[in-house]
Amino acid sequence: MTGAPTHSSYGAHALAAQDIEAYLLRHQHKSLLRFITCGSVDDGKSTLIGRLLYDSKMIFEDQLATLTADSKRIGTQGQEIDFALLVDGLAAEREQGITIDVAYRFFATEKRKFIVADTPGHEQYTRNMVTGASTADLAIILVDARKGILTQTRRHSYLAHLLGIKKLVLAINKMDLAGYSEARFSAIVAEYRSFADSIGIRDFLAVPISSLAGDNIVTSSENTPWYLGPPLLSHLENVEIDSSALQLRPFRMPVQWVNRPDLDFRGFAGLISEGLVRPGDAVRVLPSGRTSTVARIVTADTDLRSAAAGQSVTITLTDELDCSRGDVLAAAEHPPEVADQFEAVLVWMADEPLLPGRPYWLKLATQWVTATIHNPKYQINVNTMEHLAARTLSLNAIGIANLSTDKPLIFEPYEKSRELGGFILIDKISNATVAAGMLHFALRRSSNIHWQPLDIDRNAHARLKHQHPRLLWFTGLSGSGKSSIANLVQKKLYALGKHSFLLDGDNVRHGLNKDLGFTDADRVENIRRIGEVAKLMTDAGLIVLAAFISPFRAERRMVREMSLPGEFVEIYVETPLEIAEQRDVKGLYKKARAGELKHFTGIDSPYETPEHPEIRVNTVETTAEQAADEIVAYIMR
Amino acid sequence: MNTHAAPGVSALTHLQGLESESIHIMREVIAECEKPVMLYSMGKDSAVMLHLARKAFFPGTPPFPLLHVDTTWKFRDMYAMRDQVAKNSGMQLIVHRNPDAVARAINPFDHGALHTDLWKTEGLKQALTQFGFDAAFGGARRDEEKSRAKERVFSFRSASHRWDPKNQRPELWNLYNPRKLKGESIRVFPLSNWTELDIWQYIHLENIPIVPLYFAAPRPTVQRDGLLLMVDDERFRLRPGEVPVQRSIRFRTLGCYPLTGAVESSAMAVPHIIQEMLLTTTSERQGRAIDHDQAASMEQKKQAGYF
Repeated sequence: MTGAPTHSSYGAHALAAQDIEAYLLRHQHKSLLRFITCGSVDDGKSTLIGRLLYDSKMIFEDQLATLTADSKRIGTQGQEIDFALLVDGLAAEREQGITIDVAYRFFATEKRKFIVADTPGHEQYTRNMVTGASTADLAIILVDARKGILTQTRRHSYLAHLLGIKKLVLAINKMDLAGYSEARFSAIVAEYRSFADSIGIRDFLAVPISSLAGDNIVTSSENTPWYLGPPLLSHLENVEIDSSALQLRPFRMPVQWVNRPDLDFRGFAGLISEGLVRPGDAVRVLPSGRTSTVARIVTADTDLRSAAAGQSVTITLTDELDCSRGDVLAAAEHPPEVADQFEAVLVWMADEPLLPGRPYWLKLATQWVTATIHNPKYQINVNTMEHLAARTLSLNAIGIANLSTDKPLIFEPYEKSRELGGFILIDKISNATVAAGMLHFALRRSSNIHWQPLDIDRNAHARLKHQHPRLLWFTGLSGSGKSSIANLVQKKLYALGKHSFLLDGDNVRHGLNKDLGFTDADRVENIRRIGEVAKLMTDAGLIVLAAFISPFRAERRMVREMSLPGEFVEIYVETPLEIAEQRDVKGLYKKARAGELKHFTGIDSPYETPEHPEIRVNTVETTAEQAADEIVAYIMR
Repeated sequence: MNTHAAPGVSALTHLQGLESESIHIMREVIAECEKPVMLYSMGKDSAVMLHLARKAFFPGTPPFPLLHVDTTWKFRDMYAMRDQVAKNSGMQLIVHRNPDAVARAINPFDHGALHTDLWKTEGLKQALTQFGFDAAFGGARRDEEKSRAKERVFSFRSASHRWDPKNQRPELWNLYNPRKLKGESIRVFPLSNWTELDIWQYIHLENIPIVPLYFAAPRPTVQRDGLLLMVDDERFRLRPGEVPVQRSIRFRTLGCYPLTGAVESSAMAVPHIIQEMLLTTTSERQGRAIDHDQAASMEQKKQAGYF
């Protein structure tokens, strides 16, 4: 074996031997870097990790003995130690010689502790790489110097970028087999740079290494005098960690659990996802929007004077507020957004493909909602970055789709916040985690939900009912058949599981409007009140059927304008006066003709025919049944 | 871990980060599972896990019981520690001993692998089923052993408590999916990302009480099959010619005393234990007879339901 392990950069053990107290003091202040290694089976990824563990003295004698024995038995390096065997864990994988899952490795140097997510390079395991990348601060993309940039190099880089990893290292491995050629190295770097630019990767560090021989891993290699950058490990030790930047953002803490050990204590427990909090800070509880002030930051030791992103704390407030799991405590003046429709990127992780329209559980931070995914806009070919048409997403597919949730989500775009922008989808039957998602943006903001506490908006009501609120406004002469048709429509909607309510003269005139007569002024007021009631009902998510003569265009327009665009459906039930008068179901025409009823529409009060009704029903040519079917078809389309 | 100064100036230390992650995991379980329990084995990892639980739910008491799956063959010091901890924590302590193993007087001298299987693997399954626990915290760490490195933080077990390494849920960010069908359960490992060194540093920093066996003291020992065993009580069967010898020893891990190898040491305080660990050349589990049974033995035990 060439490149015997050097411990020069790990003076740790010398110090530990001399002065353990000094050593401990120093090691209390180490920071933590999580990184992921990406590469194919042949790129030497496991060898690199094995090398880092070995060089940082994380491998003990007994493990080394097993390793040496295994290397000879099933290793790929002849009589040499096969570092890859150190990190390939499960028995089945050892036989096949591949890693098939995410494995986590640990090592530490003087400056840092490292957690390495080791993920496989095989195409079918996109999900594993995405999983490993979701918690990583940095990604090492391994390239075989002899092969250069491959499809999988692009795929790994794209996935790392997609998961928001800002620190990338291009480790060009097996330089020993490429004659330590600077030209080869530069050519690969140039090719990679143009690819990186094209997908929005701003920066990366390229290092020529040999994980087998140890070049530029711990110390700068004499074989690459032309390389002036740091060896891989010192870069890992010194690269800036994103979490410090998180502390500069406005405060957010998803509430995990309410701690109520007795009547006198009520603390909100959670992991601060962004920012900094101090007693006295004004905070807002989302989604209710109520504000309060931080009273204490409680720990088992003493109260804290401040706490920052990454810390698990328990916070008490100065006011008694409704606040429970799923709520978010946020800086009062800079709360996150709340919305119920989003564009997101989805990484599908289950054998069962995505079913657009099916409800899935969605977990984001500590919030659980039901989400429906719309038809994907497109799928991304992770090898070529091309957009492909897609009706669904299957295992390992990545696509862009809109989604709707049954309750508003407190969120931030993923690029701003992993904690408030990353989510998982869960199958409601099998309970399997079927997808990971990252929110891009809200399609529509829930109106001012921050400022109207406890405001469940009309969309929320409607979504609960799986329907679009409508106001079906039946207008026409007395006896034209409005109520009969409306009744039929209501029955058909009921059969379809739709929630509706029928307003007609019978249930309005006797109660709400019993003080009104039939003068023109009273007719206008009648319609205005009905319009307001119908609006409240559509706000509650209902499909409202209103069957009133409503003879005047102006009042019908007034109600139309009270409704949201597309919600008001004017249905003109067209029956010639003579026919309505012939039917005279209630004997009203007779009374009107006899002068016993004043202001009767069609007799001594005008009916203004609708000019542009959404639906026109001719009751002479069509049956009530046919008319009802047509109306249902119209609103269900 | 306390940060009295404003931490805005720098990132958290690695121990602060690990502590925070473990507390987050425990709170997720309490919020989303119906009947959690914490496995308590009296070892250093259990001590750290319990300490973290008390922090997570302070000023309340951790809202779950402790479960000790007993083999009747632990060190006497461990039993003393267990009873002390139960008293101090204010938590309920459940001790389960597999009645079948009791009836058959299963012991490590006569029964080899069956000892672990009946007392620990079967005993644990019995206790979880009997009390209907749907989530059990365990102190396992990913750095202990190769197959552990791939274990999830939330590890699903079928209704028959089997672990299927090919059918585990992906774990992204810090989003755990605890949904399960009736009868299924989860083993939760809040210390997944801690290493042995982290555990010791944390014990040192937080002054966490641990079983005295971790510290060196003169103890009666015999050398057997490459292990240095302590003669902890009169049940220890000496082989012909074996005479217990007083040696200054301590233990890096604790289990059933006839199966747990000691190391010769003079470390009487945590810093010295850490010092020895940093300068040592053998891994922690080397002192455990259980792993040497066969290749990939831990993985096979896990599939069968061992923690």
